[in-house]
Amino acid sequence: MTTTNDTVVDGSTGEPIITVRAVTKSFTGPEGPLLVLDGIDLEVCRGEIVALLGKSGSGKSTLLRCIAGLIEPTSGDVRYRGQPVNGPNPGTAMVFQTFALLPWLTVLQNVETGLEARGLPAAERAELADKAIDLIGLDGFETAYPKELSGGMRQRVGFARALVVEPDVLLMDEPFSALDVLTAENLRGELLELWDNKEFPTKAVLIVTHNIEEAVLLADRVVILGSNPGRIRTTMDIPFARPRDRRDAHFEAMVDQIYMIMTGRHPDDDTGQLETFEQPVSQLTPGDVPLPHATVDGLSGLAEILHRLGDEIDLADLSYELVLEVDDLLPLVDALQLLGFVTVKGGKVYLSPEGIGFADADIQQSKTVFAHAALSHAPLVAAITRGLERSIDGALPAGFYRDILRRSFSEEETQRQLDIAIDWGRYGELFDYNATRDELRLDDDRRATMATVRSTPG
Amino acid sequence: MTSTSFTGFRGALTRRRPGVGDVVVFVGVVVVLYVILRVGRGTTVSFAPSDVNTIDTSPTRLPYYAARSLLRMFTALGLSTIFTLIYGYIAGRSRRAEKVMVPILDILQSVPILGFLSITVSAFIALAPGSLLGLEMAAVFAIFTSQAWNMTFSFYHSVATLPRELDELSRNFRFTRWMRFWKIEVPHGMIGLTWNGMMSFGGGWFFLSAAEAISVLNSKYALPGIGSYAAQAISDGDLGKVWLAIITMIVVVLAVNFLFWRPLIAYAERYKLELSESTNAPKSHFLNFLRRTRWPAVAGRLRRRVADPLGRAMRIFGTDTERLHVALGRRRLGDIAFSLIVAGLIGWGAVSLISYTIATEGIGVYATAFWLGAVTLLRVVILIIVGTLVWVPIGVKIGMSSKWSRLAQPVVQILASFPANFLFPFATLAFIHFGLSLNIGGILLMSLGAQWYILFNVIAGAQAIPTDLREAMDDFGVSGWQRWRRLILPAIFSSYVTGGITASGGAWNASIVAEIVTYGGTTLTATGLGAYIAQASQDGDFAKILAGVSVMSLYVVGINRLVWRRLYRLAENRYSLT
Repeated sequence: MTTTNDTVVDGSTGEPIITVRAVTKSFTGPEGPLLVLDGIDLEVCRGEIVALLGKSGSGKSTLLRCIAGLIEPTSGDVRYRGQPVNGPNPGTAMVFQTFALLPWLTVLQNVETGLEARGLPAAERAELADKAIDLIGLDGFETAYPKELSGGMRQRVGFARALVVEPDVLLMDEPFSALDVLTAENLRGELLELWDNKEFPTKAVLIVTHNIEEAVLLADRVVILGSNPGRIRTTMDIPFARPRDRRDAHFEAMVDQIYMIMTGRHPDDDTGQLETFEQPVSQLTPGDVPLPHATVDGLSGLAEILHRLGDEIDLADLSYELVLEVDDLLPLVDALQLLGFVTVKGGKVYLSPEGIGFADADIQQSKTVFAHAALSHAPLVAAITRGLERSIDGALPAGFYRDILRRSFSEEETQRQLDIAIDWGRYGELFDYNATRDELRLDDDRRATMATVRSTPG
Repeated sequence: MTSTSFTGFRGALTRRRPGVGDVVVFVGVVVVLYVILRVGRGTTVSFAPSDVNTIDTSPTRLPYYAARSLLRMFTALGLSTIFTLIYGYIAGRSRRAEKVMVPILDILQSVPILGFLSITVSAFIALAPGSLLGLEMAAVFAIFTSQAWNMTFSFYHSVATLPRELDELSRNFRFTRWMRFWKIEVPHGMIGLTWNGMMSFGGGWFFLSAAEAISVLNSKYALPGIGSYAAQAISDGDLGKVWLAIITMIVVVLAVNFLFWRPLIAYAERYKLELSESTNAPKSHFLNFLRRTRWPAVAGRLRRRVADPLGRAMRIFGTDTERLHVALGRRRLGDIAFSLIVAGLIGWGAVSLISYTIATEGIGVYATAFWLGAVTLLRVVILIIVGTLVWVPIGVKIGMSSKWSRLAQPVVQILASFPANFLFPFATLAFIHFGLSLNIGGILLMSLGAQWYILFNVIAGAQAIPTDLREAMDDFGVSGWQRWRRLILPAIFSSYVTGGITASGGAWNASIVAEIVTYGGTTLTATGLGAYIAQASQDGDFAKILAGVSVMSLYVVGINRLVWRRLYRLAENRYSLT
């Protein structure tokens, strides 16, 4: 088990098939370019399975598409066997998260599409497709249409379609995340069997996932991406022999370690995104501290659960306990931490006194506690409230804040930030939002209080 | 009876690109019309067939006439489909072409086709002098122009909004362009294409019946067909034969629906992108019957035999592997050259058009046209208001009752595709009898065709109100006006807007035949832009036709932009049920 801060070609024998050098990717937003990937170096070598692991917003799918030659990096280059990729990468075939099957074609026809694109005659196509269908366990389904199949069977078609063209590198974009847990587990197992039996017609696999266990289960190497912008945090070699046992102590330790790295709470890792701020919150702009994607419902639910569990728990245990994946749980923990309701140390979450107060209170009290915390710790909520208090009639167009947010966030994220702030502001009875007029409005009670404060001399 | 239909206009509604570009394109379209006119005019003089203007109205000829009309309709549908696939594909795939081609479509949708009938008839007669072929082509062209734009819009839209994963699939697996087109893009657009095809086909009957019998430059042309049969019966004042024509028409519409559109729509279900099986998918008895025969297997074998060699031959169109990196300078240079050429052509045409107008009628014709347009606008507004007040409550009642909507849906569909001008003689008789001026009666005539779109869409909207919302309202005892205000009106609003814009476009078009009507020997005329265009066509006064048609297009486009598009945006943002 090694942790390295650089991309390292592991001990396996293969030569690099795909080389990614200093790739950055930014998308143009209304307020200028927005960096999604920053300085990515990566190699995929013969004989290895590489997992790209990251939260949403880490640009892992973008990176995969740069490698597939579907989008152009802003700078840096992607090479396939030494040749720069400019256009669809001929050495890859993709398995899609949403399957991307053509519903108007039968299973056999779907599997054949890649061969047909290469201009193979019908007889040869059918033969190769039949073989792939056998290999992937789809025999008997040749004439079925995708809509007659279960999710797992559909993704098998996706695999067969990709494997039949014998790509050098099989690219997989969260291939199991649209499947239920059992089906996904089963399919992962079969995939690994094929890979280990050397029946596999591809030389390497690159899989994008947000599921830590999946990455540790499948990969020889896990590349962990940080978010906003996506950078490679660490690369971990997974030295365990396959098949791997999830309940093995080493396996669990590896998952825990990656978990902490991903959440920026690893003891050795100082790139954590939730560092404590030196400045008081009033001087931080909403762009400095984005609101985590958490609804009030979610975070107050989590606070209550923490309280019930005795005010402290191991993060990884918590995720097992709640059967939640990183993507779902982390924003909630981040939000609680931002509000000062929890502290996180060494992979453990502790409910703070404020947090206990929040979790314990009845609805009205908890609203007050929440409002106070949001005003002190959530810059966007604070900024909106202050702005409204200073406006003449307690109302401002939402566009005003959107313009400010656009300087730091993409269009989509801007709206999301505003939506979260509105959700929080409404719950804390700080301000309200009128959709018809696209206007933010100070809460009536608060406005009345403000008015009395203002009219009182001194 | 209008060139507009549901999804087609939805395309026009959702695109928001007002500004200088629109003006340029509008001028461009007018210029193109002007060029057609000049060409057509230069060649008309040489031809005047005199032996084609009699139609035998003996009832035994009706089946033959109906068949001839059907042939025209399907020829036009075939041409529209080919046009749609090519135009929609180019507009959807080329960044530059899209900028010009889509606004052109938007405006072509709003050009009153009937105003141009006389010019196209002259032009086509000149192409095939001395035979009926020119007239045939003109009629087919008229139907084509009523069908093609919506279908093209629908297909363009589906090409341009292809789901990302399908695009990536095609590129990652290095599809040939030919494969991408037939395996992804056409299937993906198939459902929209069939529905729009069906609606446009229904609208096409109106133009067919107007195009089969037409008088240009005071000579009457007629093609054997059901429309000219009716026209002959009307000018003879023979109501019994008008009835016969109407009945034949209904039979034909029903038969085409049963034997062609229903099966096609049921078949197109397989092109649905959702992977879940829907419970109330459209079904067709005829298709089920066909599926039990041996023909599908035969067709499949044939197709496979052709498809494979063809697919390989079509590799010459290249593969879907566009290079990612294009030098920025070269792209800009291309953009500039492209804009200059487009702007230059339009500018040259506009100058020529203005000088032509000044030389003939004087620029004042535009002022007249604007004034008359305001009068017709008033009719359209009244029609929409009255149509709304009458049909919204009825449509809601029908749509909310599953029994009634099952019964009413096909009837309304027939009403919408039935050519309203067949009914004009009855209305005209009534006007003469009661001494009603066509200035008011014209509204009724226009609405004979247009109003059904409101009804049709309101029914669809009311059907789509989720049962749980209705049950919740029942549960809380919300009834009467409150129920309308809180549930029904918001829920049907977006369907209503779609119906409204279609009805208003149709009404403008219908004004050209509704503001002058003749029955037997009597002619009634109303004041309005429609009558102005119709009169100008009859006299062959091209400067006036051009002024009338372009001003009418301007009204239609303007009202779409100022009223309907805003309402639609409101519907999307506030009253969307999803």
